[in-house]
Amino acid sequence: MENLALIAQVQGYTAIALGLIIGLGAIGACIGIGIMGSKFLESAARQPELIPTLQGRMFLLAGLIDAAFLIGVALAMFFAFANPLLARFG
Amino acid sequence: MSAAEHATTGPANGTEYINHHLTHLKVGEGFWSLHVDTIVMSVLLGLVTLAMFYSAARKATPGVPGKWQAFVEMVVEFIDTTVKEVFHLDRSFLAPLALTIFVWVFLMNAMDLLPLDLPGVIMGWFGIHYWRAVPTADANTTFAMSLTVLVIVIFYSLKAKGAGGYIHELFTAPFGANPLLWIPNFVLNLVELLSKPVSLAMRLFGNMYAGELVFMLIALLGAGVFTWTIGSTVGFVGQLLAGAGWAIFHILIITLQAFIFMVLTVVYSAMATEHH
Repeated sequence: MENLALIAQVQGYTAIALGLIIGLGAIGACIGIGIMGSKFLESAARQPELIPTLQGRMFLLAGLIDAAFLIGVALAMFFAFANPLLARFG
Repeated sequence: MSAAEHATTGPANGTEYINHHLTHLKVGEGFWSLHVDTIVMSVLLGLVTLAMFYSAARKATPGVPGKWQAFVEMVVEFIDTTVKEVFHLDRSFLAPLALTIFVWVFLMNAMDLLPLDLPGVIMGWFGIHYWRAVPTADANTTFAMSLTVLVIVIFYSLKAKGAGGYIHELFTAPFGANPLLWIPNFVLNLVELLSKPVSLAMRLFGNMYAGELVFMLIALLGAGVFTWTIGSTVGFVGQLLAGAGWAIFHILIITLQAFIFMVLTVVYSAMATEHH
């Protein structure tokens, strides 16, 4: 019975942690993309002839900005379905 | 236990379905376990990559190109332009490497667009019950590739600066040559050197793993459709919409991640040949 209470506690804290990982990561990624996108639009309006080059660079940067967020999501998903912290309880 | 169960009854609940789809076909124990499905899929897709370019090279004509030749020429020119912008030494090794990385990683990522249960059905005909079709959603693949890139970066550093020059740079850049600064310099250089393969591998792995997992969660939305309740039917329609939307978005992610892996390989190699 006490084992069940301990398992429930680990599960509960894990759930809160997953929410924080994904939520905080999303905030960072979205603000980053927003700033980068606004700069791109500004420079595109200033120099329309550079749009193809800038667009290529923009997609590259989008992938790099999203990297840390998606690593966090992958780790969170891993904890959701194969929680290693529960291994202590067998 | 699980294999026999799934052969006859199917998964008992959503979590078991997802856990089943996240299990690799493993041979061996502990450190020596091999993910047979990852190895087979990545070798197969590597052969497809080679066959693509071999067939184009075989049938190449200097006259008006056919469609396949035009496409291959487009890809090769794109890679060559990208490498030429950044890397200023002899690119007869790096450009083909970049081409291989781009096309191979793109094909491996594209396995994520297959219907989720399709590999399971096909492998079921051979009596295999676990098969993960996306090699790059396995951290082993991405780390294997990025550790190879690390070796290539160190190789280029040695080639451009010599062994002595490289070790000198490890201990004296960026702060200075004062012996007191050797330890901070070395720590900083070590962190910079090791963070490259880790971030390369984790970026690709995280994107593909999360993508696969969202596909599985979308599949669970419509899983109960044959119970013919209102909720399950709405769920099924939701699965079609969400699945279509996520797949379209994922096409962009697949291409982007392959492109990023390739560009970063080239950029790291170029940085390794810079002198200070």
